[in-house]
Amino acid sequence: MEFSHILFLGLAALAVVAAFNVILQRNPIYSAIGLIVVLCSLAALFLTLSAQFIAAMQIIVYAGAIMVLFVFVIMLLNVRAEETRIDKQKYLKWLAAPLFLALLAEVMAVVQYVNLTPQPLPSANGAADPQGVLGTVENIANGMFINYLIPFEAASVLILMAIVGSMLLARRERKEDVERIEKALVAQQEEEQKYEEEVAA
Amino acid sequence: MVPLSWYLALSAVLFTIGVVGVLIQRNIISLFMCVELMLNAVNLSLIAFSRLHTDVTGQLFVFIVMAVAAAEAAVGLAIIIALFRSRETLNVDEADLLKL
Repeated sequence: MEFSHILFLGLAALAVVAAFNVILQRNPIYSAIGLIVVLCSLAALFLTLSAQFIAAMQIIVYAGAIMVLFVFVIMLLNVRAEETRIDKQKYLKWLAAPLFLALLAEVMAVVQYVNLTPQPLPSANGAADPQGVLGTVENIANGMFINYLIPFEAASVLILMAIVGSMLLARRERKEDVERIEKALVAQQEEEQKYEEEVAA
Repeated sequence: MVPLSWYLALSAVLFTIGVVGVLIQRNIISLFMCVELMLNAVNLSLIAFSRLHTDVTGQLFVFIVMAVAAAEAAVGLAIIIALFRSRETLNVDEADLLKL
């Protein structure tokens, strides 16, 4: 048992326990805390895989912005813990654990079946990366801004669309919007009345 | 050196936990958090394979996946806020009509 094995097992156990916390807790704030623990342990695992930039991005963007957004929304909507779950069919909750084990067995079977010896790829050497150069900012920038510039720009357009869309969806009803809709309804009813008068005449 | 299949197994376990969470959760925000858990499991798998082939493409993929997840979280939470304003409940079982 080398140190790297022990480290992996410790981080993996932490991630799995926190993931169970996410799905089994009744209070959504506790689920959010569990998800933050999962994200941080995954960032540590990314560091063991020579993905330094991605590990930093995981902490800054995922745990530091997305989860904060979740916690803001939970507090904004004042979500309480569930008191009791009133299930419509009471027997279904006993099916959850066996079906979970069945799904896990299926996924594990697929993972074992995949051939994991790497075929020689034209651009990769598959060699060890002793200095951890793979995930440095320089290497990522090299790939991102030379080969994959278009997905990068497309992602920035996507984020712009998300900003505009979420601002539009989450704003309160404004008085001008309500008045405009009422005016349009009144105009539509007058048109229908005129049409009926024409048809009757 | 930790074998690759260990990372894939962890990714599979996290993904399965996320799937079960989506199916059993009743609160819509917790449901959304289980979807984010699934996305993170796939990120781990991508980075493990990027390390296997010593190719940085996998990590760039993860970068774009994170950007997409951020955008999706923002828009999804805005929809949840709009839904909450008209229904006053966050129970998924109550949202069974297409009408807002």
